[in-house]
Amino acid sequence: MALVLDFLIQGVQMALVLLLAPLLTGLVRKVKARLLRRQGASVLQPYRDLLRLARKEVVLAENASWLFRGAPYLIFAATWVAAALVPTFATRLAFSWSADLIALIALLGSARFLLALAGMDVGTSFGGIGSSREVMIASLAEPAMLLIVFTLALLAGATQLSSIAAYVASPELGLRVSLGLALVALVIVAIAENARIPVDNPATHLELTMVHEAMVLEYSGRHLALIELAAALKLFLYVSLIACVFVPWGLAIDEARPMAYVMGALAFGAKLVASGLLLALFETAIAKMRVFRVPEFLGAALMLGLLATLLLFVSRGL
Amino acid sequence: MDRLAFDIAHLLAGSLVLASFMLLYQDRLYAMLNLFALQALLLALSVAWQAHIQGASHLYVTAGIALLFKAILIPLALHRMIERLGIHREVENVVGIGLTMLAGMALVALSMVVMLRVTAEADPLAREDLAFALAVVLLGLLMMVTRRNAVSQVIGFMSMENGLILAATGAKGMPLVVEISVAFSILVALVVVGIFLFRIRERFDTVDIRALDSFRGERR
Repeated sequence: MALVLDFLIQGVQMALVLLLAPLLTGLVRKVKARLLRRQGASVLQPYRDLLRLARKEVVLAENASWLFRGAPYLIFAATWVAAALVPTFATRLAFSWSADLIALIALLGSARFLLALAGMDVGTSFGGIGSSREVMIASLAEPAMLLIVFTLALLAGATQLSSIAAYVASPELGLRVSLGLALVALVIVAIAENARIPVDNPATHLELTMVHEAMVLEYSGRHLALIELAAALKLFLYVSLIACVFVPWGLAIDEARPMAYVMGALAFGAKLVASGLLLALFETAIAKMRVFRVPEFLGAALMLGLLATLLLFVSRGL
Repeated sequence: MDRLAFDIAHLLAGSLVLASFMLLYQDRLYAMLNLFALQALLLALSVAWQAHIQGASHLYVTAGIALLFKAILIPLALHRMIERLGIHREVENVVGIGLTMLAGMALVALSMVVMLRVTAEADPLAREDLAFALAVVLLGLLMMVTRRNAVSQVIGFMSMENGLILAATGAKGMPLVVEISVAFSILVALVVVGIFLFRIRERFDTVDIRALDSFRGERR
């Protein structure tokens, strides 16, 4: 019975991330538009865009290989699996044993690898620029992310998300400066990974400094729909990761009462809206960086992660 | 000892190290001054918390001195100095920020390794404070080495002194007379440094240290 329940929760979770991810993107766009005193498209617009793209015919470049055609499906699959592993409203997922932070990084890394390859496949110069920049950003963001993982693992004694959430929610945590540093570092990494504003502008196709959009410039039709959905899922994943690790309150941790799940879902909805508002506010308040300043920005995340680990060593060594 | 009291001390001392790193990262003069004031404020809070835990009332005086002199007076004086000097507000680094950050990380790791090994028998709070204090001192030194602008070297020097105060609060039995005289000597140092800055500026039209080097004929 417990197994059935676990699988049920996992199924709900998989459907939930897929259904809610475009809504989060739509919310961020809407709030950004309102902050700029524009009317903005409806929050449901990303769904309509996805449907329209899915109905359209695919236009392929003449020299596109099988990799170019296969990559969107693989990218989408890897990102969906990763997003479904992060606990959103309950930690009792059927695949919670595999919801490991390092596994998450590996899944996202392979999705990025495929996207970078697909960007270079057709041989246009924009795709190449986008891929090389994406890999440059990734080579700095991933070490920072791993240091954050080390911090969490040292603190909670596990890299499994459900144990980390349970540890952070428990009263034995106390006041931790390392967690604060790791949170700031994770926010920086999330901004860089999701191509948000100080690093990349998600709203334009016509900028010489674009990164993500340059790689997917050659895609059209259902391929583009899958890639856009994967991008929305990735944003959703980072939001739920931050919510799960740093604000786990309300999350149903190993409980079987139905009320706990309802509360978890409500709390998660509130966290989602709050993070969407904060992201839009941050993106409106800040200007985009030059590409060559991005290493400094991510270097700060790396430094914060390292500092968090070092501080933790001090308090453990006593 | 109370777990929460220890955690708060850890938080404040840790943010002091973080403020040192932010000083190292920042490349605009006014922002650096604000950060320095923030670091002094954190120092005052940290010292006051130590006074509360240890029940040592003279430490409150130290905290007050740190707040008054280093969080308010010195930043204001430096602010006016930069205005009167009319210099470039961007600071040039000798090496890139990434390399500086890595060096800073190595220094923090070094100070932790050294201090935690040396002070094995001491009180946990004092050990931690000493480790963080050494890190702040080393980071201040690093800042003095990696900056070309004389004003930012002064800020590095002052932030180094913040580390010394932090170390002094951890060690029990530092007489108040010593602390007050240290605080005043810092003020005197500020006055002397200010005079020197104006002299350098008058002579070379810049406060870039490279001008001094070429004047002495060390670098062609």
